[in-house]
Amino acid sequence: MKLLKNLLKSPMFVIGASLFFGTILVALFAPLFYSVTLDRVGEQYAAPGTGHWLGTDNLGRDYISLLIMGLRSSLYVGFLAGIIATALGTLLGIYGGFKGGWIDDILNMLTNLFIVIPSFVVLILISASFKDGRSLTLIGLIIGATTWTWSARAVRAQSSALKSRDHIWLARINGDGTLAILVKHILPYLLSYVFMVFILQIASGILSEAAISMIGLGPLDTQSLGVILNDAKSNGALGDGVWWAFIPSTVLITMIVFALYLINTSMEGVFNPRLRK
Amino acid sequence: MLKQHPTARFILQRAGWYLLTFLVAVTINFFLPRLGTSNPVDIILAKSTGGLSAQAAREKEESYLKEFGLVKLDGHGNILRDTTIRMAKVWDASKQVSVSKPDTLIKPIKASSLDQFFTYVKMSLSGDLGTSFQKYPKKVLDVIVQAVPWTIALQLPTIVFGWIVGNVLGALAAYRRGLFDRVFFPVALLVSSIPFFVFGMLLVYYFAVVLGWFPAMGGYADEIIPSFSFELFGSVAYHYVLPFFSIFLILAGGQAIGMRSMGIYELGTDYIKYAKWLGIKESRVLIYLFRNAMLPQLTGLALSLGTMIGGALITEMIFSYPGLGMAMLSAIQNNDYPMIQGVTLIITTCVLIANFTVDIMIGFLDPRVKAGLQMGGN
Repeated sequence: MKLLKNLLKSPMFVIGASLFFGTILVALFAPLFYSVTLDRVGEQYAAPGTGHWLGTDNLGRDYISLLIMGLRSSLYVGFLAGIIATALGTLLGIYGGFKGGWIDDILNMLTNLFIVIPSFVVLILISASFKDGRSLTLIGLIIGATTWTWSARAVRAQSSALKSRDHIWLARINGDGTLAILVKHILPYLLSYVFMVFILQIASGILSEAAISMIGLGPLDTQSLGVILNDAKSNGALGDGVWWAFIPSTVLITMIVFALYLINTSMEGVFNPRLRK
Repeated sequence: MLKQHPTARFILQRAGWYLLTFLVAVTINFFLPRLGTSNPVDIILAKSTGGLSAQAAREKEESYLKEFGLVKLDGHGNILRDTTIRMAKVWDASKQVSVSKPDTLIKPIKASSLDQFFTYVKMSLSGDLGTSFQKYPKKVLDVIVQAVPWTIALQLPTIVFGWIVGNVLGALAAYRRGLFDRVFFPVALLVSSIPFFVFGMLLVYYFAVVLGWFPAMGGYADEIIPSFSFELFGSVAYHYVLPFFSIFLILAGGQAIGMRSMGIYELGTDYIKYAKWLGIKESRVLIYLFRNAMLPQLTGLALSLGTMIGGALITEMIFSYPGLGMAMLSAIQNNDYPMIQGVTLIITTCVLIANFTVDIMIGFLDPRVKAGLQMGGN
């Protein structure tokens, strides 16, 4: 609670959090107030204002509908990838760091191995091989499965530093098992840290999806902010000056990522008093 | 023997580790594209036989099979065939009848995927990345070698300038704090959180389409034939401006943020307080500060030089810049798997080399690691 109070004192956190929760609310509830449709509702690239606030795309579809769907997809991918990457990374990191010995050695080796192999490359290779069945969920799963390494490395270092603290020895003397110690005595110390990692992983998930969609390997089953950008680019909207085809989408992506970075940076400031002044 | 030479042992150990990582990367590079619903082997076969006579289609198919390592070969590089001789009906034009003759193209023996894998590893290690499928019979490596100079020309100056400018500004913000920092930091944070491709698109739209100041795409004007002429150089420079800034600003912003927090951390340390207390000149203190905050930033520089080849993929696509990104995009659009695999392998290799260099560099630069080495630890 005291933590939250401190956080709320930071304007960066307040701005970031309100922006982020704002987009989540819009993504969740906009379809209740706006009839979202993928049908052709106008001519090709109808300009904004002509019955459609943000105009229409090359197939005459309403851009507001596309953006709402895209926003939902991007947040979905971000959370899916973020949850997987954070959970996997935390689990492996906390266990390896606490256990030490050969288990830690193997986990550490695995982590370092997949840190140096660029995850975007793995993402490209897998996406390119799923020519037909490339769904949003699949892409989220792949992103999560390729980016857990950063969380694992970060959490491992923390967990390893904690394991020789006095209260851990006390718990051991009390006869607590590994699992009990990890859950009761190590995880609570790491929670704020894990949460910050989670925030960054959501941002990286959203960015990865947008990037992979931009190069034409995005989900085939739905719209996403990246897919909108790819459509705009491959149909020449950029060169023809059809700004409503890509500006709203780029603004949305940047806004979400910026909001998440703000949250992360402000939390860093609160947890690390040296940065505060 | 190695016990007496901790440095040599350290280097060998790291080299061994990176070799292992490279092998894992090659394995991933081979198996991942074959994992999905449409594997490259089928696509290659389906494409290779369209619109040709039976005989020609067969020859083409076999040359593909051989090119892409899908059949077993004997010691001389000839396709191993099923040895049971089959008779085939062949039309004899001079006698106007069909006669039975032994089939000269008896079915080749297909290589198992494990054999294919070993062929692939052997080829990769000898620098042969196979044949491009889309630009057949061009070699993948030739296409890459043509594209890489553009990518490096775009990335290397951008990374180096962005790094220098970002670090200087970050250090200043950390040292000055106050108003400069309060304005600078949120701006840097915003700029660095703009994705490269978003920023690139906005630049193209505003400066190329709306204002018409700069060309929207390409590495040089279409009508110029690439040669070492003054005209080409001017055109290249003109086309260079937008892609350069699309990366430069974001990179500088990111570096500045990193340097700022390193600087603030160092400012709180005792040696800086002591130096200030001694009344050493401010510029002198700043130099001490800079030097100590530099190590992680140097590591970052080396790492971003490693990701250089892969980093600009999307920027290049947006600007239709003739580097690796465009090669990759056209490979993706045409299901050119050998090309995709070739580019990803090059990207991974560069990243591994950069990481290896950083490891060794830290071993020599970081006094803590160095001390550990000299004491004979690992």
